[in-house]
Amino acid sequence: MPTSFIPTSADLMRLSPDLLLTVGGTLMMVVEPLTGAGRKARMAVIAALLMAGAIVLSLLAYIDPGSSFSGMLVVDGFSTFFRVLFYGCGLLTVLASIDYFKRERGEESGEYYALMVFSLAGQSLMASANELVLLFIGLEISSISGYIMAGYVRDDRRNNESALKYFLLGSFATAFMLYGVAWIYGLTGSTNLDTVRRAILGGTLDQSHSMLMIATVLIFIGLAFKVAAAPFHTWAPDVYQGAPSPVSGFLSSVPKAAAFAMMLRIAASAFHPMRAQWEPLLWATALATMIVGNFAALRQSNIKRMLAYSSIAHAGYMLVAVTAQSEIGVAATMFYLAAYALMTVGVFAAVTLVASKGERFVEIEDFAGLSQRHPSLALILAVFLFSLVGIPLTGGFFAKFYVFMAALDANLTWLTILGLLNSAVAAFYYLRVLVVMYMKPAPEGTESLEAPSMAIRVTLLASAAGTLYLGIFPSAVLDFAGKAAQLVR
Amino acid sequence: MTLLDIVLFLPAAGFIIGLLLPRENVSLIRNYTIAVSLLVFAASLGLIGPVAANPGGQNFVTDTVWVEYPAIRYHVALDGLSLWLVILSTLLTPICVLISWKHIQHRAREFYAFLLLLEFGLIGVFVALDLFLFYVFWEVSLVPMYFLIGIWGHEKRIYAALKFFLYTLTGSLLMLAAIIWLYNKSGTFDLLLLVDMIQKGRLALSAGESFWLFLAFFFAFAIKVPLFPLHTWLPDAHGEAPTAGSVMLASVMLKMGTYAIVRVCLPMFPDASRQAAPYIITLAIAGIIYGALVAMVQPNMKRLVAYSSVSHLGFVILGIFTFTQTGLDGAVYQMLNHGISTGALFILVGYLYERRHSLEISDFGGVGTAAPWLSTVFVITTLASVGLPLLNNFVGEFLVLQAAMKVNILYAVFAAVGVILSAVYMLWMVQRTFYGETPDEVKRHVFDMTGREWAAMLPLIVLMVWMGVGTQSFLPPIAASNVMTLELVQPPGAAVQAQAAAFKPDTEASHAD
Repeated sequence: MPTSFIPTSADLMRLSPDLLLTVGGTLMMVVEPLTGAGRKARMAVIAALLMAGAIVLSLLAYIDPGSSFSGMLVVDGFSTFFRVLFYGCGLLTVLASIDYFKRERGEESGEYYALMVFSLAGQSLMASANELVLLFIGLEISSISGYIMAGYVRDDRRNNESALKYFLLGSFATAFMLYGVAWIYGLTGSTNLDTVRRAILGGTLDQSHSMLMIATVLIFIGLAFKVAAAPFHTWAPDVYQGAPSPVSGFLSSVPKAAAFAMMLRIAASAFHPMRAQWEPLLWATALATMIVGNFAALRQSNIKRMLAYSSIAHAGYMLVAVTAQSEIGVAATMFYLAAYALMTVGVFAAVTLVASKGERFVEIEDFAGLSQRHPSLALILAVFLFSLVGIPLTGGFFAKFYVFMAALDANLTWLTILGLLNSAVAAFYYLRVLVVMYMKPAPEGTESLEAPSMAIRVTLLASAAGTLYLGIFPSAVLDFAGKAAQLVR
Repeated sequence: MTLLDIVLFLPAAGFIIGLLLPRENVSLIRNYTIAVSLLVFAASLGLIGPVAANPGGQNFVTDTVWVEYPAIRYHVALDGLSLWLVILSTLLTPICVLISWKHIQHRAREFYAFLLLLEFGLIGVFVALDLFLFYVFWEVSLVPMYFLIGIWGHEKRIYAALKFFLYTLTGSLLMLAAIIWLYNKSGTFDLLLLVDMIQKGRLALSAGESFWLFLAFFFAFAIKVPLFPLHTWLPDAHGEAPTAGSVMLASVMLKMGTYAIVRVCLPMFPDASRQAAPYIITLAIAGIIYGALVAMVQPNMKRLVAYSSVSHLGFVILGIFTFTQTGLDGAVYQMLNHGISTGALFILVGYLYERRHSLEISDFGGVGTAAPWLSTVFVITTLASVGLPLLNNFVGEFLVLQAAMKVNILYAVFAAVGVILSAVYMLWMVQRTFYGETPDEVKRHVFDMTGREWAAMLPLIVLMVWMGVGTQSFLPPIAASNVMTLELVQPPGAAVQAQAAAFKPDTEASHAD
């Protein structure tokens, strides 16, 4: 029982990144209307500073890890890994967005950055909460900010469609999730993951209790929606295609990674005793997700839609590692998420640049001759694409490698073989973009790209450097993930 | 840092620096690339001495940690098997620069950079002794070749490049699964360690397990070789690639497959290899004959040479799976021969293409009067390719056929049919191209060899003769490392028999010289 409701300084320290983001975001909302027109891009700088500050605070909080607020929030290697990943990707997205919103909406886009700050606070809760209701709150904060960001360019019909679909299907999913949480509370009398685990282990509940199964399936459906796993993936292509390109990059990396973090923590703690029952469910979902994502991506001509399906396929690979339900599997998923987040943010930043004002050039054919028009951009994009294929010396390769290693370690031989064959299929549609970029000339009269700003260059270079770093020196990140994965138990 | 590390990483450094050169200055880029590649070649010659002194063991070993967990090591070394393949790669790279000199003006910086990256990948495959590292190089070599075909190839280049990439990738992903499986069982990626563990029984693989693992590796390698019926990517890739791409592809890249079979499949899965041998040999012989028959009806010179590769590589596979000293020696020797003579054929076909802008045999005729020296060189290369005594291919084919005869006379009979057919299609092409009436188009455009073209061809001609008459300069290191491989592949009770078998054909082989 909690002895006191007054938070200690350790409690506050462990929550400090979230506090900073929430308070900072709120202040941004207040200051934004007071900022004169033409100066609102400064909000981007503030958001970037808040995120950088949050990275520092989450690292400082990790000096003294542990749980706080009566076990509601846990700061461990796992949550710190994801916090830093989320804030880092948020930072890169902010840098990639400045140009975009200046181009699309002039100077009047201050609250976009505040929304992103809020969204990150939610995602960071999803990675660090140890309590189902708090996880749900994190999910809602993250999602609601995401809905608005997806429709941020209000007068663009694609944005409207994207936001509406995201909102409707997203709230549907969170309802499932909440319903599942309610069942769990009814069955075990608690929403704390450790207590739930003890209740399941304690024998007061039969492990194959049908009501418990229903509850876990409901929660799983909610999470599957959020990671865009088949058959709950249908929202993703429309949303990613319609949303502003930098937002698509953000949505397909950070909220997805947060939902995976949540799934890993729940699967590895509360429901770990039920892993045998989970396995067929995860197995089938992983396979279906890979197949649906890859085969649908083959037929896309719009690059954002293709990347959306590819992101579904990548969720499938990660689910393969989740299916392993082992520490290696958790570490592999973490590494995959880091590599994937970097290359996705980078790819969408490149798409942002090529798309030009009004996102007119988002067909794959519009990339024709990019290697001649803009060699350095093409080279960087090629790095991301090879990483998405999983060619050695890029982060994507080690990510796949660890995932399949974890799967084979857990005797998931068939899932591994089918997964590997899937990634051969995937190579085809990524190569198609490379073909267009490198092997087809630009059509006559192609406009030259406007010069990229320093900010988006930083995003591109940092994510490319990160992708190569993870591909050549994966040890540091993987070691950290390996240790963090042990703490989850 | 050993000399081998330098030979390996010099092209990689050359690739990165090459990308930074100003892209308008084509002559600077060309001079830079030829300088780098000649430097690599010169350095690689220094590898010969020490390896020849100790061909059965590993030389120039570097073995350090790359990734701590999983235990991936940077483990490279050189023995008699890999020595000549490394030299072949370093020799052909400057030659490829020379033959692309005039022809590649468009996006030259990328072209020459990719050539160097390709060299890096190829050398890496031949020297890596850590399976993970091996896999990395295997894939790295794929990327530059994909671009070489796709950007600088002929009309159907994009289709060919994609097909090439996807075929190889599919095979190698299955190999990756097998590599991970082995690691999860043994805790190491180190090839020598794994072989040792399997041979000594410390890593117990059930018969079923080692069969599936063998198959996963073999499938990846067989696609690369390519073994009939997995060869369908090859005529497209060869036919559409630019000359330099075809040369590197035929001369070195195909050898990645046959080399890997000898290096990985045989020592690690001796029982599975022996059990699969009759089936594999059947496919190899089918490939020898099929390749030759299809080559015969090709109207396109490049595709003709490409199908002849399917036929020639069948000999290599046949030699390997006889599991005899003669057969293996012949197979490895034939890898080098094919590298030299088919590489030279592609170069010469490229010369003709640059003059006449056509690859159709029917567009030529009477080239012999228009360009006598070009024709002479072409005929010499053709004769080498069909296995004329005193030229290189004869030695390899002879050894392989001799070994096949020992195992099963039918193998030798059918394979010999392939030799005859190869004479038919090659000589018929020569006849239609170089003899007869000289059409006006040919008279006007086809001139004789230039100095630069001579410089590229001369080393290959010299090697064709040298490897044909001076077998002893090349064979001893190969034979010594094959002895080691064969020891590993023999069934446990047959050690004495193996020694006898290894001894006897060897003496016969020296008679053959």
